[in-house]
Amino acid sequence: MKRFSAGDIVQVLALGKTGHVRIPHYIRNQIGRVTAYCGTYLNPEDLAVGNTAGRAVDLYRVAFAQTQLWPDEGIPHHDTLVIEIYDHWLAPAKETPNAPRS
Amino acid sequence: MPHDHDHSEHEALVIEDAAGNIEAQIIVDALQEVLIGKGLLTAFEVTSAIAKLESPGIHLGAQVVAKAWTDPDYRARLLSDGRAAIQELDIPVTEARIIVVENTPQLHNLITCTLCSCYPRSILGQPPSWYISKAYRARSVREPRHVLAEFGLDLSEDIQLVVHDSNADMRYLVLPEPPADLERLTLNALEALISRDHLIGVAREVV
Repeated sequence: MKRFSAGDIVQVLALGKTGHVRIPHYIRNQIGRVTAYCGTYLNPEDLAVGNTAGRAVDLYRVAFAQTQLWPDEGIPHHDTLVIEIYDHWLAPAKETPNAPRS
Repeated sequence: MPHDHDHSEHEALVIEDAAGNIEAQIIVDALQEVLIGKGLLTAFEVTSAIAKLESPGIHLGAQVVAKAWTDPDYRARLLSDGRAAIQELDIPVTEARIIVVENTPQLHNLITCTLCSCYPRSILGQPPSWYISKAYRARSVREPRHVLAEFGLDLSEDIQLVVHDSNADMRYLVLPEPPADLERLTLNALEALISRDHLIGVAREVV
């Protein structure tokens, strides 16, 4: 069941899972904006341990403001980073001035 | 070599492991020797598989981009469904999806894979060693403008930089802006101007 659409504000969860997780630490807890729905894919956390019978999960592309991700001075305000996040790593979040504009 | 430490301390083999004796290679060599010894595999089959793996290259990506520059309908199809549009050119695509991201006068795209070495291999071949290096993987998201400057690209602050981390199932191709003399050039001439760096986004102007 697709939970998000392009434009929605989301927060990346810090699930603390071990193993072959594809959500890098730098993006956990961050708030961004969904830019696209990518469809459903088998969960790499299952595939990595040979489980090909797992449920396919929704995948989204999410954009984040670079100024929010890093403390560095002088990052242009419009620079963004876009990364793919599986549904179970996302929670709905409230609009924030820090999320990139849609 | 025996391991007396936890594997979580380091990652699986990447380019940095250049001592010559690479653990994974020793295992692969031993396995291959056993399989060939038992008649389950021939050395020729192994080299054929390697040749197949290594046959795609930048020429395919360049062909896609030159076509998009010269055919607006194709460009639209490429941007909406990269995989399908690439397959139209009889290029086999093994990736689940290819997302084509377009540079404009106001926007520049940069591709990276912070977790490993994800790359659109069907159309660009194997990634360059710097793309797999831990330095590029970390710095391309942390300080991408500095990385671009080291590649000789001083991106104006007026231009929005979008970094794409191909951390999961999508693969990415940058569609650069066409050269100013697009109309005067043949498809072959256009393809010759396009480099791998343009298609990853560490270069911008095609001249």
